[in-house]
Amino acid sequence: MVSLEHYLILSAVIFAIGIVGVLIRRNLIVVLMSVELMLNAVNLTFVAFSSFRGSMDGQVVVFFVMAVAAAEAVIGLAIIIAVFRHRQSLDPQEMQLLKW
Amino acid sequence: MTGAELLFFILAGLLIVSSLLVVFQRNVVYSAVALVAALFFIAVLFFTLHAPMVGVLQILVYAGAIMVLFLFVIMFLNPTALEPRRSFWWGLGSGAALLLAVALVLFLSNGLPSPELAAGTDSFGSPRELAKSLFTDFVLAFEIASVLLLVAIVGAVVLAKRER
Repeated sequence: MVSLEHYLILSAVIFAIGIVGVLIRRNLIVVLMSVELMLNAVNLTFVAFSSFRGSMDGQVVVFFVMAVAAAEAVIGLAIIIAVFRHRQSLDPQEMQLLKW
Repeated sequence: MTGAELLFFILAGLLIVSSLLVVFQRNVVYSAVALVAALFFIAVLFFTLHAPMVGVLQILVYAGAIMVLFLFVIMFLNPTALEPRRSFWWGLGSGAALLLAVALVLFLSNGLPSPELAAGTDSFGSPRELAKSLFTDFVLAFEIASVLLLVAIVGAVVLAKRER
């Protein structure tokens, strides 16, 4: 029988992999994709708790997380496009100036 | 080992491999395709957890809409230069995340009570149950989410608009 711990440990591992992506990658698009990966790991935790506790609340929260993630992706990508137009680069380490 | 366990471990292995590919692949398009695969595996895990509606939403919204947006931006910007390797940040970031993973796994693998799967009934996770909860307990959050999406649409149009 697959227990709750299996799902929680799997999502902890996926979350840690997402953190690696945010910390070490130097491409803004990949950093954003790693954030999506972390959000999905948390979604998995929510659905696992929802099923093992027999309550629908966790799945409703996942619904909202998806809505917020969609908004975050749209705004993040729009910012990336605006930055790329100015700097011709996607490297976050080159974005140190408040005013260009 | 039962069929459910076998399915879980196969899915977990595939999910971890595709997540690692997202992070350690130097080509952005390959990262995006690996992320699509990872999202599909998570959707299948949702199905195994008696959450079919959330699984379908995962495929439609994440693997469909959001990933198309990512691929569209990648093709639109067409970043040709591969990023350079940096040993210091790679080691430090991976070490910190590995530390966190070990701490989380140790914390989660003992000390928590492990209940049986409570979702027994057929209707659990169905659109009807989800909607019932969504439109009674969470109706205020639902309305706020619609405002958030509207703000996101307007903000994206303003941010990505070409300056004149």
